[in-house]
Parts: sequence; structure tokens; C-alpha cells
Amino acid sequence: MTRVWSRGAHHTGRPSMLTLNNVEVMYDNVILVLKGMSMAVPQGKIVALLGSNGAGKSTTLKAISGLLKAEDGAVTDGDINFEGQRIDNQSADAIVRRGIFQVMEGRRVFEHLTTEENLLAGSYIRRDRQNIKRDLSLVYDYFPQLMKLQKRTAGYLSGGEQQMLAIGRGLMARPKLLLLDEPSLGLSPLLVREIFEIIRRINQEEKTTILLVEQSATMALGIADYGYIMENGKIVLEGTAEKLRDNEDVKEFYLGLTEVGKKKSYREVKHYKRRKRWLS
Amino acid sequence: MVFLLQLIVSGLVIGGVYALVALGFVLIYKASDVINFAQGEFLLIGAHLALTFLLVFNLPFIPAVLGALTVAVVLGAAVERVVLRPLIGEPIISMIMATIGLSSALRGLLQVFWGTETRTFPNIFPQDAINLGGVVVSQVYLWSLGIALVLLALFSFFFKRSIMGIAMRATADDQQAALSMGISVKVAFAVTWALAAAISTVGGVLLGNINGVNISLAHFGLKVLPVVILGGLDSIPGAIVGGFIIGILENLAGGYLDPLLGGGVKEVAPFIILVLILMLKPYGLFGKQVIERV
Ligand SMILES: Nc1ncnc2c1ncn2[C@@H]1O[C@H](COP(=O)(O)OP(=O)(O)OP(=O)(O)O)[C@@H](O)[C@H]1O
Ligand SMILES: [Mg+2]
Repeated sequence: MTRVWSRGAHHTGRPSMLTLNNVEVMYDNVILVLKGMSMAVPQGKIVALLGSNGAGKSTTLKAISGLLKAEDGAVTDGDINFEGQRIDNQSADAIVRRGIFQVMEGRRVFEHLTTEENLLAGSYIRRDRQNIKRDLSLVYDYFPQLMKLQKRTAGYLSGGEQQMLAIGRGLMARPKLLLLDEPSLGLSPLLVREIFEIIRRINQEEKTTILLVEQSATMALGIADYGYIMENGKIVLEGTAEKLRDNEDVKEFYLGLTEVGKKKSYREVKHYKRRKRWLS
Repeated sequence: MVFLLQLIVSGLVIGGVYALVALGFVLIYKASDVINFAQGEFLLIGAHLALTFLLVFNLPFIPAVLGALTVAVVLGAAVERVVLRPLIGEPIISMIMATIGLSSALRGLLQVFWGTETRTFPNIFPQDAINLGGVVVSQVYLWSLGIALVLLALFSFFFKRSIMGIAMRATADDQQAALSMGISVKVAFAVTWALAAAISTVGGVLLGNINGVNISLAHFGLKVLPVVILGGLDSIPGAIVGGFIIGILENLAGGYLDPLLGGGVKEVAPFIILVLILMLKPYGLFGKQVIERV
């Protein structure tokens, strides 16, 4: 197998675990959503993928995990490589078996199953059944709240508890790469901070590589090593988390550090800035 | 008193078989929201297969049933693959219509292979009745009840504890989320149909032992519909409890009311019970309620 080196790998000098090269995605054979999307996720890192509503973040994750096919979507151009092998033509269950697990947007817990059964469902692809008990307690270590909810029907858990369950379910698969789609959705700022801290610990302690999709950049760039900003189906800006945090445009548009203005896209911000520079 | 106990015991026996057949319905409904109208034919095919292995291939009882189970499992999975899978994504009603078509097709095939005569099982279980404190029960009944109970317990355990069972319930809850765990929906559906066919085979063999094997076995498959609706179409414990409730009440109604009203109550009783319970609990006794959090 040939190792795939791509532009995203430059920031680490190592081959990336996951690369997307000019990926194009269409839904229903007509709706073009990803329009030449390229990015890379190096092993062991946390990479943030940021962008506003409808930018195509979830679509990117589904293209990687193969869940796209269940929604009449398809990768129509470009390629996706994981550990040096093409995965864009593989089925979702084969991709999970390779070690990529997507925690879907909106939590999607199995409502009529108990907390523990949800976690066990996450371990479906595991062959080493003898380690499942140990990993259940690992999940309860990360999310102590779930411990006392073991036998509770998951549909009745609070939004925060469900989000923890959704991430815990991902841990149970022991993936090499965890794709998290807006884990902060609908949670209080305090809870978001707690969950992000746990995500950071999972990355460090379990050595799980993480691709984190978020709309709110502040928290995501707080724990990420590297960030991509996408808009309208492609990447418009990338850099180390530190650089992005300091970037004026990002600050203005995504971190909300300037006065609340009318909604502008990142591109407009950029144009506006450029024009200003030209004029001055 | 003895008469009452007698009625209850035969109610339990028939209830156990109801529960098994109901479980077949529930499995499929839970997985795919489809009511399988060919369930009765599955019973009949199972019984015929077992008889064929028993009488034509001269196998002993247990290997014959295992043989029938094997064929039934393959058949169940094949039905899913050929009849139902092409319809995934189509309206549920098309799938239900497909099972009605399947029912007629299977019935035709059954006649081609095995004719319409009643076939009877050779005496497999000990025949003498035994006396349980005044209640005389044929041993066939006790064996049937025992086997039904063991199977029901096994199935409950499978769905509650085994990873495949949990995966199947997860798929019933949210197919895409299940897919995101690496659970193949195709595999889950195929296993569902295979299990439903297997459990119907056992039901068919037990009933066939009691009543003989003919087309009335297939009708039994539909008689179970009130049981499933009573228990809640998607509830495994519901199918089990519903089976026993209907079995017992039907026998009691038959024993006490038929003589007074001149017959027929036994047949109607399940439906009357059904209507009463649905008026109180629209999802059935154990049916899945739509979870709404505020
Ligand atoms: N199954 C689908 N069929 C057709 N179009 C879709 C489908 N899913 C998403 N889209 C479209 O693709 C575009 C990108 O959607 P996507 O869900 O990837 O955005 P997102 O960046 O995740 O947005 P959000 O932050 O709101 O979750 C949207 O315009 C959406 O309408
Ligand atoms: Mg999204």
C-alpha cells in the first residue's frame, strides 16, 4: 500500500491518518454539496472542522464514514484515504470495522434501549468480547453521570446525558478515528466545557484521533491542534488552532469577538477587509 | 374446580404456542414495521418439513426438527432477500401487500409438494395422560408447554443480552444510527426473518403434534393477530404475556360461555378481549410508546 501524503500533512511532517482530496459529493444525483473538499487529519491529533449552517460539515463526515450512501448521497469525484487505503467506495459497516466511528449530529441514541444497551450496541464490531466489561467501566470513568443511569431508557435521559452516551457509545467501538458532529449542540456552555474537556482527555489518554465538527469556533479551537474552516462545500481557510484563534477574520466572524453585526459569510468578511485595505 | 383448572392448563398450552407464533410476528414488525401475513404458511411449512425429515428420510425426532429448522432458516432469509429487500424504502403498505402475495404463493407451493390431506405426526411424546391433583393432562400438552417456555426464555435472553439481539433492537429503533455502529441493516433483517421462520417451525411442529398438519395450521397464524396487537405489536414480553392471556381466556370463554350461549364464544373471545384492552391501552399492554421529552 502506498502511503498518502497530502497538503494537510505538511503541518506535521508525518503522513496523515485520513486525507480527503478534492472530494465532490452529490445527493440524489443532482444536489452538489461538497465541491472539491480537501483536508487531512494527522494521527493522534484533534482537528476542528468549522463552518456555518449548511456549509457541508456533516456531509463531509458522512462521506468519510460511508453513512452518505444511506441518504442517497455519493462521492462523485476525488478520493478519501484512511491509513493509506481508499475508503470512499466501501460500505459503512466496513469503514467502522477499519476504525472510523461517527458520532452523529443530534445524538441519535437508541431511545428504547437502556444506557448500557446503547453502549453495548457501540461495541457491535468488536471481536475482543472479553474486554467489553473493562471498556464499559472506562466509559463510566469518563462520564460518571452515566453510571447511575445504566438501566435507564435512553430516550428519557437529558440532552447532556444523551450526548455523553453518544460519545461513550463511540468509545465502546475503540475507534482509531472518532468523528464528532456538533457535540455542543443544544447544551449549556458549562456542559459544553465539560464535554470538550473529556474529548481532550480521550484524545490524550486513549490516543484516539479526533475530527471535531463545530459551528462555534471558540471552544473547538480551544482543544484542537489544527483547524479547517469550510464554506459552501469547500475549505476556505486552514491553519493551526493558535493561528486561527488569532486570525482577525476568524475572530470577527466565527469567534464573535466584534460587535454583533448582520450575518456575513467568511468570504464577505474577507472581501470587505480587502477592499478596506485597498482604499486605505 | 377441576374443570376450571383443566381449562386453565389447556389455555396455558395453547397460549404458549400462541406466544411463539406471536413472537415471530413481533420480530418482523419490530425490525421493519411489516405485518407478515405469511406467518401461518411458515408454521405449516415448518410442520411439513419436520414430517418429511421424520417420515421420508426416517430421521429420529430431534434431528428431523433440526433439519426442518435449518431449511426454515434458509427459507426465511431467502424470503427477506428476494421478496422484502427490493421493497426497502417503498411505503410499508407495499411490503405488507407483498407478504399477502407471499402467503398465497407459499400456500400454492405447499399443495404442490405436500397435497391437502391432513398428515399426522407419529407418536413422539409419551401419550398417557397424567394426573396432576385431579387435573388430567395429556403429556403431549405438557411437553408442548415446556418446549414453548424454554424457547420463549431463550429468545428473551437473546434479545436482552446477546450483542446480536441488542443490535437488532437498535436497528429497529434507528436504522441510520445502527449503521453508524457498523451494524449492517441487511444482516439484521435477514436474521430477523430467519429467526421468525425458525420459531414458526417449532410452533408448527408443536401444534401439528396436537391437531395434525393441514391448512388449519396456516389459519392459526392469523388467529394470533389479536395476541400481537394485545401485547403491543413491537413488544417481545407483550407477545409472550398476550399469548398466555388469550390462550387462557379463550378456553375459559369456551368452557363456561359456549354451553350457555350455544357455541362460538371461544372463537370470538380473543377479539372481544382485544377491543376492550385497546380501548384502555391503545399501544397494547406493552407496546412501545413514542418517547417525548419536554
Ligand atoms: N440527505 C440530503 N439530501 C439532500 N440534500 C442534503 C442532504 N443532507 C444535506 N443536504 C444539503 O447539503 C447541504 C450541507 O448540509 P450539511 O448537513 O452537510 O451541513 P452542515 O455544515 O452540517 O450544517 P449544520 O451546521 O446546520 O449541521 C445543505 O444545503 C443541505 O440542505
Ligand atoms: Mg451538520
